[in-house]
This record gives sequence, structure tokens and C-alpha cells, in this order.
Amino acid sequence: MIDGDVYGEEYSFSMSIDTTEKYQLIKTEDGLCLQLSGDWRFQSGIPDIDILLKHLINTQPVNLSFDCHRLENWDSGLMTFLVNLLKSCKQNNISVLQKTLPAGIHKLLQLSFAVPERKGARRAILGQPVLAKIGNVTIEMHRNWSDLLAFVGEIFFGFLNFLRGRARFRYSDLFFQIEAAGPSALLIITLISVLIGMILAFVGAVQLRLFGAEIFIANLVGLGMAREMGAMMTAIIMAGRTGAAYAAQLGTMQVNEEIDALKTMGISPIEFLVLPRLIALCLTMPLLCIYADFMGIIGGAIVSATMMDISFFQYFQQIQDFVPLKHFGVGIFKAGVFGVLVATAGCFRGLQCGRSASSVGFAATSAVVTSIVLIIVADAIITVICQIIGI
Amino acid sequence: MAEIPHFDIRNLTIAYGDVIIQEKLDFTINRGEVFVIMGGSGCGKSTLLRHLVGLMEPSIGDIFVDGVNLWQSSSEERNQIISRNGVLYQGGALWSSMTLAENIALPLTEYTDLKQKQIADVIAYKLSLVGLAGFEDYYPSEISGGMRKRAGLARAMALDPDILFFDEPSAGLDPVSSRLLDDLILELRDSLGATVVVVSHELASIFTVGDNSIFLDPNEKTIIATGSPKKLLETSDDPRVIQFLTRTT
Repeated sequence: MIDGDVYGEEYSFSMSIDTTEKYQLIKTEDGLCLQLSGDWRFQSGIPDIDILLKHLINTQPVNLSFDCHRLENWDSGLMTFLVNLLKSCKQNNISVLQKTLPAGIHKLLQLSFAVPERKGARRAILGQPVLAKIGNVTIEMHRNWSDLLAFVGEIFFGFLNFLRGRARFRYSDLFFQIEAAGPSALLIITLISVLIGMILAFVGAVQLRLFGAEIFIANLVGLGMAREMGAMMTAIIMAGRTGAAYAAQLGTMQVNEEIDALKTMGISPIEFLVLPRLIALCLTMPLLCIYADFMGIIGGAIVSATMMDISFFQYFQQIQDFVPLKHFGVGIFKAGVFGVLVATAGCFRGLQCGRSASSVGFAATSAVVTSIVLIIVADAIITVICQIIGI
Repeated sequence: MAEIPHFDIRNLTIAYGDVIIQEKLDFTINRGEVFVIMGGSGCGKSTLLRHLVGLMEPSIGDIFVDGVNLWQSSSEERNQIISRNGVLYQGGALWSSMTLAENIALPLTEYTDLKQKQIADVIAYKLSLVGLAGFEDYYPSEISGGMRKRAGLARAMALDPDILFFDEPSAGLDPVSSRLLDDLILELRDSLGATVVVVSHELASIFTVGDNSIFLDPNEKTIIATGSPKKLLETSDDPRVIQFLTRTT
């Protein structure tokens, strides 16, 4: 055959992406030659490979060679095109003369085919059937709860050690945690409690006015804050503020292997990290609750004085007469319980944390969710118990 | 009478849930030797280390430390054994809420009756050993990664442990610091008679420090070669080991 015949028959395709033609198929003696030309970078557009593949499969050439002397710039755009081309040529038993490619491209291609895909490496099932998902979630939940129980048990033994004066933690940590949980939270607690007190007063005012019993607004606000809302709102604020912080702190320590370092020193993370936080919250929450009660009552007083002509004196006298101290006691007790729950949930989620940055975020989120669930459930239980024993 | 090996690992299987990482591991670590755990990435070297230091319980098999079965003893006994280990973690794992001095002081105050002054002296001495003299009052976040690693080593050495574990000691260190660390490892072995266990894939370091080694393979899921790294290089006929030790493909 003479040279002229090489370029005898030309197939060319219109490019959908780019107006300049990027490749041409030219018939050779024993197959086809793919002539690449111009700029083969992602930014200048890579032609669609499907048309070319369809044509190759239809014509079934014995081999495929390349002519790249008009090829200018190229990047991974050309490489992905060639990798796909090579793969489907292999499937269709078209031999590819890779040597006809420029040396650099040839080497890169060899490199990408050098290590075959590891068998079983690709995740076969991405979507699980619904039943399997439900099953997995159930198993996960069960494990979660038994882990939590084990954790509570460890805390209990840690606490016994603390009572015997044998717990290993630094008192400076305890004071630091008390400061972080208590005084620094006062501002937000003031704001929320005053507003809650005002809301309670507003809601009650509308109804009580119908009976001309506006003065009972004091009873409503006083009882509501003392028994329920003071402790509850403090607990929820602390869950978002301190519980999440505990989870994030311990989670980050887990990621940095700091928890492992403690364990290999023979120091229990429960005693060293969890106990100071737990004790700090258990001590500060009742105090914060008292403060919140007081602020809520002031909030109620503001509404009563401005909207219903009940003087401050009348209002506080009414509270003094009809809201005995035992109601405050119930609220303060609850606050202590909530403190333990928030600290436990926060520390538990933190220590349970995986070893990546995203799992720290997840730990913080689930600490808040767990805390709030536990708070509401505990509140319900305590309320029922109080009802039964008549407090 | 044969000496009891420092660590004796029998038929150890390590697994995450149902996924077996390595199985049927049998080896001993003798007192006063530098023992290297080698193998490619992802073959379970670091996980094996976590088993040796007592952080993870083996799925199957036993770990004997000085003849005592680690997981058959009470948790107090185990804590005692574990606390005699010095461990240098990959990133140093310094407690981030404490200064370097407080980091090193914690094990000292926990396990010794030293006075404040003596503790301060020990801290200064340990820091100077790793080239960080004067950095007592820095927090881990204020120093570089390499410095953190060295401070972690100072903490690991605080109690003069008779065994030191290193998880990838050269990772993240420049060649000079890495070399200094190797020298320090040999110094610790020679002067204190400490046993050193190193998880590494840094060839230079492996040949410099290793007295004995095991080679883990991710596909076989077990040990495919044991012995001194230098000798392995000369005598081994396993292509995978040769490939690893000579960096050929």
C-alpha cells in the first residue's frame, strides 16, 4: 500500500461542546488512527466519547493507533477520555497501539492501569433495603443504650472513689469547669428567664381577667417558675451551652488520642475528665435554677405592674403567701438531676466519638438531643413521683 | 534458666467486629531490644500497637507482659502494668488544656511522691533531652507538630518506663529531627536498658534502630517474616519483604 491510502477515507464528527474539531478517525491499512488535535484541557471542553465509541464498536477495527503531532495542551481531560477509550477497546477486543501516543501520556496511562482494582474494594451495595436499615438502626440503638448504662456504672464507681477521696482529678479542673458552667451562663439565663416569666404572665392574664382574678397571676408565675420552668429552661440552656461543649471537648481529645494517652498512663478518663464536669454541673445547676426562678418572677412582676395595675408589693406578697418554699425545693432538686443528666449525656457522647472531625460535630449534636430527651423524661418521672408522695 | 521475655504474644487475632485485620500472631519481645513492627499502610500495625499497650482487648489470643497475662488479670493489675508503659502517639497526643510542664507533671504527681521542686527539675531535664528546654509554659497549640511530638516523648519518658512504644516516630518530622529521634531511641536502649517497640515504615529508621522485627502483610493477614531488619534484607527470599526493604516495585 502506498502512503496516500492512509488518508484515503476520513471520518469526522461534529463536536457538540466545541466548534473546533478535536479528533478525526482515519482509516489505515489494518485499523483506524485517531488523530488528536488542538487543546485537550477541561476548560476548553472535552468532546463526548460516546459517538466515537459507538463508531468504533460498529466498525470493529483490528487495532487503533494515535496521531498526536497536532495535539497542543492537555490535562486530565485528555487522560480520562483515553482511559475510557482504552477500557472499552479492551472490552471489544480492539488492540490499542499505546506506543503511538506521546511518551508522557503513555507513561501516565500505564501508571493508571498498573495496579488492578482490588477485588471487593468497591462497595457493592450502596443502598440497603428498608428492613435491613431498620434492623441496623435497632441494633445500633440497643448498643447505644447498653453503652450508656455501662458508662453510668463507671461514673458511679468513679463517684464512689471521689467520695473516698481517691479519685484522680485536678481540683483546678473542677473550679475551671464550675466557672465555665456557672457565672458565664448568667447573662443568657437572665434574658431567657425574664422572658419566660413575662410569657407565663401574659398567657395567664388573658384567662384570669375573665374571672377578675388578676392577682392570681402571681400564683401562676411563681408556681410555674419554681416547680417547672426555672429548672427546665436552665437545663435546656445548659444542654445547648455546656453539654455540647463537653461533647466537643472530649470528642476532640478522642480524635487527638489524648484519651488513649490518659488510659495508657493508667488514669481513668471517667475520673479525670468526666467527674469534674459532672460535679461542676451538679453544683452549679441548682444555683442557676434559683437565679432563674427569681428572674422569672421578676419578669412576671413587670407584666403585672405594667398591664394589670398589680403593684410590686401586692405581687410579691401574693407569692410569699401562696407559693411555699417546698415548690422551690422541688425545682432545685430537679435542676440538680438535670445537671447530672446533661453532664452525663455530653461526656458520654464525647467519649463515644469516632476519630474524625465530622464525628465531633455529630457528638455535639447528639449530646444536645440526648440531654433534652433525658431532661423531659426525667421531668415527667419526677412530676409523677411528686404527685404520688404529695409534694 | 531461660529469661522470661518482656512481651510474649500468643495466637493473637485482632479484628474490628467481624473484620479480621491480623490473625495467628505469635512473637516475643525481649528485654532491652528495639523491636520494629513493619508492614505497608493499612496492614494493622497501629492497631497491633494499641493491643500491646492494653488499649484494645484481643478478639482471640493472649498477651503476656513479664509472664503475666494482661487480660486475665484484674483491672487494677492491668492498670498497673499499663501505666509502666511509655507511649508516644502519632501526633504526640498532649493534653491540650495543659501546658507542656503540666503534661509531664501529671504522671509524676500521680505515681510518685516527688516534691514540687523535684518535679520541676525532672520536667526541665526531660524537656532538655528532647531539645525543648525552656518550653515549660507553652500550650500544645502554641508549638509546631514536630515539637509536639518531641514533647509527647518527654511525657512518655517522665516515669522512666522500662518499655517505650513509638507509633510512627518519624512521621511529620524533618530528616534531621528524625535522625536525632533514632539516636535517642538507641541511647534509651543502651543507657537505661529499656525495651523499645517501634511501629514504622521509615526504612532509614528501621535499619538504624531495629534489633528485631516482624513484618505484617495485609493480604496474608499475618506475620510473613521475622528477624533483624538488616538480616532480613540479606537473607529473605520473600519478594514482598524484599520489595518493602529495598523500595522496588
